[in-house]
Amino acid sequence: MLRLPTRFWLLFAPLALWMVAFLMLPYARVLVQSFYTVDDFGLLQPGFSLDSYRRFATGPLYYGTLGKTFALAAAVMLGCLLLSLPLAYYIAFKATRNKTLLYTLIILPLWVSYIVRAYAWKIILGEEGVLNSALRYVGLTDEPIRVLLYSDVAVFICMVHIYTPFVLMPVYTAFEQIPRALVEASKDLGAGRWTTFRKVVFPLSLPGIIAGGTFAFVLSLGDFLAPILLGGPDTLFISTIFQNMFGTSNDKPLGSAIGIVLLLVVLAVLELSSRAEKRFSSLESARA
Amino acid sequence: MQTRISPAIDSETAADDVRLTARPSSVNLLNGLIGAAALGVMTFLYFPMGMVVLYSFNPDTVNSFPMRGFSLKWYGIMTQNESLQQALKISLLVAVCGTVVALVIGVTGALAMQQYDFRLKRFFERVMLLPITLPGILTGVAMLSFFPLLGIPISLTAVTIGHTTFLICIVLTQVYARLKRLDPFLEEAAADLGATPVQAFFRVVLPNIRTALIGAALLSFTLSLDEIPVTFFLIARDNTLPIEIYTMMRRGITPEVNAISTVIFALSLLALLLTVRYGERETRPIAGA
Repeated sequence: MLRLPTRFWLLFAPLALWMVAFLMLPYARVLVQSFYTVDDFGLLQPGFSLDSYRRFATGPLYYGTLGKTFALAAAVMLGCLLLSLPLAYYIAFKATRNKTLLYTLIILPLWVSYIVRAYAWKIILGEEGVLNSALRYVGLTDEPIRVLLYSDVAVFICMVHIYTPFVLMPVYTAFEQIPRALVEASKDLGAGRWTTFRKVVFPLSLPGIIAGGTFAFVLSLGDFLAPILLGGPDTLFISTIFQNMFGTSNDKPLGSAIGIVLLLVVLAVLELSSRAEKRFSSLESARA
Repeated sequence: MQTRISPAIDSETAADDVRLTARPSSVNLLNGLIGAAALGVMTFLYFPMGMVVLYSFNPDTVNSFPMRGFSLKWYGIMTQNESLQQALKISLLVAVCGTVVALVIGVTGALAMQQYDFRLKRFFERVMLLPITLPGILTGVAMLSFFPLLGIPISLTAVTIGHTTFLICIVLTQVYARLKRLDPFLEEAAADLGATPVQAFFRVVLPNIRTALIGAALLSFTLSLDEIPVTFFLIARDNTLPIEIYTMMRRGITPEVNAISTVIFALSLLALLLTVRYGERETRPIAGA
């Protein structure tokens, strides 16, 4: 079938074998497992049953939580974009000196441990934390504001903080690649700053904005640490339920089914976004 | 285009830079607003880390404002913590093993994919992105469900294999991208001059992708040190550093974590600076001349 030299196989075989054994088969296992059932003793019963998917589709707890997770991911994406656009714009168009340094500063958080950054929010938002004690010190409140930590708001703030650099990078790159001549031309033709941004800069940077937004969306969909560390007792996201099914609840088929649904959602989002990126990058390819 | 940064000197001037433009200019209010927004976002990004660093010198047990004094005691307590040191050793071991294996498999795989056309190439190009784009929690559970069937129990071995899998993808995508930009005639020229493929690789290709390799290795190493979702599901008794910190956090906030976090932050900074340094040299080989 394939007439490729031995050299190719020597180079390719380790990679192919590794990926099949340690990545594709594990995912296949989850798919197969999602059709299994659990008996009264909590033991896995092989078979082909759509029971887990039915339970997912009829249990408001499950699909409702997926919906809530979706809303959080969308909010995080918007938050990240809202923060990224002015900073990326500033570095790309306004900063004259130290561009490399500023760029390094925006990607540095990507290199800083997730757990460290989540922990940072814990000490800031905690009941006895920096923010609460500062507010009391200044005299704005007497009682600590409890909703700050262990709430959906805390999860949101932490995720926006963690995923903003993932958005900043592609947005900045997109801004940086816009030919300055186009911006000049727009101004020469009498367009104001806002019009230039809306009609020239923004459309040209859409692929970067879409790519960055997708990063934030997909990453927050599957994030299970921020909810555990900063979420409240009744903070429930799809990743939390998914994880419970493999732990305390020990319902692997349902867990697997949730996993497969989440996988499909993520793949669909990635596919949609890559199509959108291609659609809006027409201008860019014409230039190249 | 841009000047090479020398971080120690430039950090102050950069702060000046931001502050200067953040001042609302009488000429243009909009400029001022953009600058202020940029500064605000920068503050949001760095404020939490700043707090952690600041409070690592807090003499109190509670992280409250204002801080009462300055103390290095949490650093002392940190160095006494044996489970933490054990976790650091384990993390380093996993990261080194993972990075080395990932470099070998990633580079050979990238060469195969760049030099040959085969049926499943497109498919493999997409599969390579999966561990990076799919939620780590899914990959972790998938591995948890399948590794025992391969005879690999939940253990450090399982953790290392799990890390290596996504590190391979990191190395491969980075090296593959670099190889694609490399002049395809270089190898032909080497062959014409009588070099064997192995010689051509070590004498011609390798020196040209060296910086991509260093970058990929540093990134892999850092990512492995920081990885949680996959480790979370595959770990047995021995904790890696992030998992150990996670466990400490769950037991309650101890200012000791501030000290550990500060050290990790400093190390990440170092890793990034090294990458930027080596990455810089590569991106503009001719433009600089």
